[in-house]
Amino acid sequence: MSEADARISPVQRRFAAVLETGMRFGLALLALGLVAYVAGWVPTAVPLQSLPQYWSMPVADYHRATGAPDGWGWLAHFGAGETLPMAGIAVLCSAALLAIIVLLIASVKRRDWAYVAIASLEIAVLLLAASGVLTAH
Amino acid sequence: MAAAPGGEVAWWWWPLALFCLCFVLGMIAVPAGVGGGVLFVPLVGGFFPFHLDFVRSAGLLVALAGALAAGPGLLRAGLADLRLALPLALVASATSIVGALVGLALPVAMVQTALGIAILCIVVVMWSAQRSEFPLVEKSDWLSQALRIHGVFHDASRGRAIEWRVHRTPLGIVLFAFIGLLAGMFGLGAGWANVPALNLVMGVPLRLSAGTSGLILTIVDTSAAWVYINKGALLAIVAAPSVIGMMLGARIGARLLQIVDAAIIRRMVIAILVFAGLRALGQGTGIWT
Repeated sequence: MSEADARISPVQRRFAAVLETGMRFGLALLALGLVAYVAGWVPTAVPLQSLPQYWSMPVADYHRATGAPDGWGWLAHFGAGETLPMAGIAVLCSAALLAIIVLLIASVKRRDWAYVAIASLEIAVLLLAASGVLTAH
Repeated sequence: MAAAPGGEVAWWWWPLALFCLCFVLGMIAVPAGVGGGVLFVPLVGGFFPFHLDFVRSAGLLVALAGALAAGPGLLRAGLADLRLALPLALVASATSIVGALVGLALPVAMVQTALGIAILCIVVVMWSAQRSEFPLVEKSDWLSQALRIHGVFHDASRGRAIEWRVHRTPLGIVLFAFIGLLAGMFGLGAGWANVPALNLVMGVPLRLSAGTSGLILTIVDTSAAWVYINKGALLAIVAAPSVIGMMLGARIGARLLQIVDAAIIRRMVIAILVFAGLRALGQGTGIWT
C-alpha cells in the first residue's frame, strides 16, 4: 500500500465498496430488465407500440390513461415489462442509503457523535423520500 | 427514420435515438467537466416527444448513475472526502426533495421557462467562473473546525501531499441548499454548481472539489429521484436507455479526456447549452414551440 493509499480511511473504502456494488448490481438489473422489456420476453401493461400516445402526457394524465401504478405500486405488478427495469433503478437509488448506514455504524464505533447525527439525519431524509409519504395522494 | 404503417415514427425509434444521444453526451460530458444531467434535461426536454416530468426524472438518474460510476474510484484515490461531502449533501438532499415536489406541482410552461433561464445562468457560471487549483485558506471557520473537515490529499500530478482545510462553511451550506432546490426542480445533476461552491467559496482544492461534488450528487440526486419515482414520473423506456447510453459514452469520454483538447469540448458544450437553454425558454414562453 502506497503512502497515498494509506491516508484513505477504512470507512471511506467501505463506503466506496458499497457504492460500487450497488452501481454494478443496479446497472446489470437495469440492462437485463430493459432487454426483456423491449424484446417482448415478458407481457407489458401498455403495448410498446402504443407508448407514443402516452409518453408526452403529464404524469397525472399518463396514470389516468394507462392505469399505471405510482409509488411502490410497481412491486405488485413485478414481472410486467415496465416494472423489470424499475428493480435496477431501485437498487441504484438505494446504494447511497446503504453506504451511509455503513458510515453511521463506523461513526458510532468511533464515537464521532457529530457524524452520527449527520448520518442519521441523512438516512431519515432518504427514507422519507423513498417511502412515498411526501407524494401520497 | 423508421416509419410505422400509419406513417408515424415507429415506437422504438425514440428510445434508440435517446440511447445514441446519451452515448454522445456521455462522451463529451467527461472532457467538458460537467455531469450528464445538465445537458440531458434541456436537450431531451426540447427535442424529444417525452413530457418534461419523465425527462427530469431520467435526468436525475443519468446524473446519479454517472456519479455512482465515478464515486468509488474517487473515494479510493482520496479525491473525494466523506467528512466534507456529508453535511453539504444533507442540506442539499433535503432541499432537492422540496425542489422535486415544487417542480412536479408547477405548470410545465413555467418549469420550462425557469429551466431555460437556469440553463442560461449555468452558461454564465461555466463561462465566467475562475478556478483556483489550490485556494488560500488562512483560517478554518468554526463549523469546519467543529466537524473536523480538513485533510491531506495526494496530488499525483505534482507527486506531493497537499494539506487542505475549508472556510465559509455556513455560506457553503446556504449555497448547497439552493443548489439542491434547483437539482430537484429541474432534474439537473448540479455538478456545475457544486464545484465552484466548493472551490471558490469554501476554498477546497480544485481536484478535491470535483471528486467531492460527484459524491454529493450520489446522495442529492437519490433523494430527488425517489420523489419522481414515487410520483410515478419514471418511464422505464425513457430512463433505462438514457442511463445505459450515458454510462457507455462516459467510458469512452474518460479515454477521450487524454487525447482531445478539453477546452474545445467545453466551449462546444457551452454552445449546446446556449442553444438548449434558448429552446427551453422559447418552449416555455410559447415563442418556439
